[in-house]
Amino acid sequence: MALAFDEFGRPFIILREQDQKTRLRGIDAQKANIAAGKAVARILRSSLGPKGMDKMLQGPDGDVTITNDGATILEQMDVDNQIAKLMVELSRSQDYEIGDGTTGVVVMAGALLEQAERQLDRGIHPIRVAEGYEMASRVAVEHLERISQKFEFDVNNFEPLVQTCMTTLSSKIVNRCKRSLAEIAVKAVLAVADLERRDVNLDLIKIEGKVGGNLEDTELIYGILVDKDMSHPQMPKQIEDAHIAILTCPFEPPKPKTKHKVDIDTVEKFETLRKQEQQYFDEMVQKCKDVGATLVICQWGFDDEANHLLMHRNLPAVRWVGGVELELIAIATGGRIVPRFQELTPEKLGKAGMVREKSFGTTKERMLYIEHCANSKAVTIFIRGGNKMMIDETKRSIHDALCVARNLIRNKSIVYGGGAAEIACSLAVDAAADKYPGVEQYAIRAFAEALDSVPMALAENSGLQPIETLSAVKSQQLKENIPFYGIDCNDVGTNDMREQNVFETLIGKQQQILLATQVVKMILKIDDVISNSEY
Amino acid sequence: MPIDKIFKDDASEEKGERARMASFIGAMAVADLVKSTLGPKGMDKILQSTGRGHSVTVTNDGATILKSLHIDNPAAKVLVDISKVQDDEVGDGTTSVVVLAGELLREAEKLVTAKIHPMTIIAGYRMAAECARDALLKRVIDNKENAEKFRSDLMKIAMTTLCSKILSQDKEHFAEMAVDAVFRLKGSTNLEAIQIIKKPGGSLRDSFLDEGFILDKKIGIGQPKRIENAKILVANTAMDTDKVKIYGARVRVDSMTKVAEIEGAEKEKMKDKVNKILAHGINCFVNRQLIYNFPEELFADAGVLAIEHADFEGIERLGLVTGGEIASTFDNPESVKLGHCKLIEEIMIGEDKLIHFSGVEMGQACSIVLRGASHHVLDEAERSLHDALCVLSQTVNDSRVLLGGGWPEMVMAKEVDELARKTAGKKSHAIEAFSRALVAIPTTIADNAGLDSAELVAQLRAEHHNEGCNAGIDVISGAVGDMEERGIYEAFKVKQAVLLSATEAAEMILRVDEIITCAPRRREDRM
Repeated sequence: MALAFDEFGRPFIILREQDQKTRLRGIDAQKANIAAGKAVARILRSSLGPKGMDKMLQGPDGDVTITNDGATILEQMDVDNQIAKLMVELSRSQDYEIGDGTTGVVVMAGALLEQAERQLDRGIHPIRVAEGYEMASRVAVEHLERISQKFEFDVNNFEPLVQTCMTTLSSKIVNRCKRSLAEIAVKAVLAVADLERRDVNLDLIKIEGKVGGNLEDTELIYGILVDKDMSHPQMPKQIEDAHIAILTCPFEPPKPKTKHKVDIDTVEKFETLRKQEQQYFDEMVQKCKDVGATLVICQWGFDDEANHLLMHRNLPAVRWVGGVELELIAIATGGRIVPRFQELTPEKLGKAGMVREKSFGTTKERMLYIEHCANSKAVTIFIRGGNKMMIDETKRSIHDALCVARNLIRNKSIVYGGGAAEIACSLAVDAAADKYPGVEQYAIRAFAEALDSVPMALAENSGLQPIETLSAVKSQQLKENIPFYGIDCNDVGTNDMREQNVFETLIGKQQQILLATQVVKMILKIDDVISNSEY
Repeated sequence: MPIDKIFKDDASEEKGERARMASFIGAMAVADLVKSTLGPKGMDKILQSTGRGHSVTVTNDGATILKSLHIDNPAAKVLVDISKVQDDEVGDGTTSVVVLAGELLREAEKLVTAKIHPMTIIAGYRMAAECARDALLKRVIDNKENAEKFRSDLMKIAMTTLCSKILSQDKEHFAEMAVDAVFRLKGSTNLEAIQIIKKPGGSLRDSFLDEGFILDKKIGIGQPKRIENAKILVANTAMDTDKVKIYGARVRVDSMTKVAEIEGAEKEKMKDKVNKILAHGINCFVNRQLIYNFPEELFADAGVLAIEHADFEGIERLGLVTGGEIASTFDNPESVKLGHCKLIEEIMIGEDKLIHFSGVEMGQACSIVLRGASHHVLDEAERSLHDALCVLSQTVNDSRVLLGGGWPEMVMAKEVDELARKTAGKKSHAIEAFSRALVAIPTTIADNAGLDSAELVAQLRAEHHNEGCNAGIDVISGAVGDMEERGIYEAFKVKQAVLLSATEAAEMILRVDEIITCAPRRREDRM
């Protein structure tokens, strides 16, 4: 290991406790990193595409997750290797930015690493490889822009959006009812979308799941669903034309923040205090009643006495509603969240056409529907399914579909899926390679080859002959100069992705290529790994 | 150069065939475990808990068995989960759903070894499940219109459900009870209104349905034991010492006399409260919380029956039954709704005294008192009765029924078989396998009864070749018989849920090609 000596021949300490650390340098470090990155990509490779398989993950507490969402798999995998963690980050950032294509981006990065390894074996310096990749990725992204198509939709004609969401959902376990789920997702996004500003706030879409029933029973509710019930069992289960007071203060006597003590030393004081207390409760309920509220939604709990008073005054109430839900309710009903009873005014009440409690199954589980809200901007997707894992997986799938729909509203450009875009890029990059003199040319060619690995994995997962299929599609694209030909994963009988209605968003694809390239560049630049050998 | 491990030390990773094998084996092991409890002649299991006391449960309820197992295999957990959901959703069929899912996976395993891709199998299973459901829908019987017939349908369903449980000896007795109880609910699925009280002693046959409400509490000393035309106040309020709820309040005194004064004031306050309660003009007061001796005495003086410490469910139910509201403040006696009932009396069941409310305002509620030789018997009886009640209450809402005794499986299997013949491609193998898995259920029922399953199922299949046949396996006589004549019926909703969730679970497990087990969370060493 690196040891340096000063002019008296004494060694410097460069790394503290050197012998306890492992260190990899130079080409070894790069090779090890690439191997780790590839190992992660290999795990995800079989999950790609409509015929991709799922992974079963057992968490540290024995909980089971079954999914084929790349980001979720990686997140739950609990990896230890640093490079593997980078790949996890990669997929996560794709998830945050785009929401879909989390598997694709990792597979892409894995392929790039694999190609890079070959270039390293040839003796090309990693930096040159990284630079070549950078150039190639620019070419690919530009080419994507060129082959992308605008597609038109509006609030009344959202069929194209549904088609795109169906492409996303078809790779998930829910593909049995992808049509209905895609419609739900699109309707939900359109309900909350701000088409003027081309913006969608996905926070306004709440996804709630309840075990039981069928996937087909999944529904879109124009309103809010709260997993709570009325605080008193005898309160009315259904309220029409509700005026809702949304409170963040408890129905309790005030608790000043400053520490204080009320000393009771005489009987009179005891009596007054008692009276005071009763008055508090009375006043609080009266205030709600005065402003005309017909339903109280409270973030805190309340006392038995307050509960009964509310019940007594015919003021139904819901308690222990979470902060996020409270906000959603406020948005949906057009009400204001009121932190103090004194500030209650009639204008601050939210309005909803119908609030009702619904019970499920044979257990006593109830949920509260708040519907026909004044401002129907917030919606809820209510998922039913055979078991908990199914619901979780459906939630993830719907989330992906929502993200896709949102991206389309932001940017109407699409490219064709089924590997068509990758093949087209690969051709373009390959053609561009010859224009670059120098070592980078090889790296650019390698990039083109890496792009091929996505359609290759698709074909493999669909049970097709990967090389045969890919070369056939490639030559078809080149011959007819049409970038719509992709892998026929569903065995429909045509390679034309336009006919199969398989779209992906342009920004999603671009982001995939950019992110994958970035991470690979970073990994290639590492030439020294120092870690504690205990791990 | 060694490839770096990407997982933590204790984590493991299973891939491809091995992963699939691990999940198949796990799921099948669980299915085989509960398999022997299926059907009217199914056997029970003893479950011993590892907790303190090593309490023992004897049951043949699939959900209960699976719930108590500590399972490590992730695929097996999926099956446990579906059984639990089945229990929550429809209440019965918890064993069947696991057995069917296990059989589907067993068939799938054979297909996988025959080099058919799991995705193809899934596609085939989906088609088959759809077809099977349609087949059932075509053959359902709906007697909603005809009240008398509907009742007899329910009766038969209850008997079919109960005959596989410990109550099978007295199934008519219990079926009658369950149907009566459910009919009182008048279509609501709120099973809370049916109270089940377990009292050891006597025999199962001594169990009875009581139309009133029974509260497992004693009447305070010196208070009337029998009240006619009772006015009941149901309350949830502190009757021990009413604390001052204002934050930071505390009592600070400097002499003994002051203490006495405060104490007096407290007592006065309590007395006030009692007086307020009495001002409602009641003769029975039921509180969720404790009632201390002092107020109890006051109540006794006023000749009011005071019952303390009724748990929350008891209170809620009592409020529901007597039509009173649960009160916590007592300032406006005129506007509080009181509960009413014709008669409150103390009754004896076995050794214990209970309070019986009869002639209640709302006829929906009722109590079922279970008697039996031991706690285990009673627990199992309660579970069985709960299953029956769940199924019945669901059937009241969805009145479609089917014949039982393996009849629906054979009907489905026949249709699915026909579909397999019509389907081109590899999928048809999977569809055929689905029908085989369906037939496995009557086979298991027959096997469990010690009958010649191969013979019986073959016979059944032949019978079902004729359109509109009602043949099923009659386990009691050990032969193939007309199910309609024997009165063996099942609820459509249960069968449908079994079919769909078993297929869903099988599909989920089939799709897996890799199992990653994270390192178990490190427990702190307690040494």
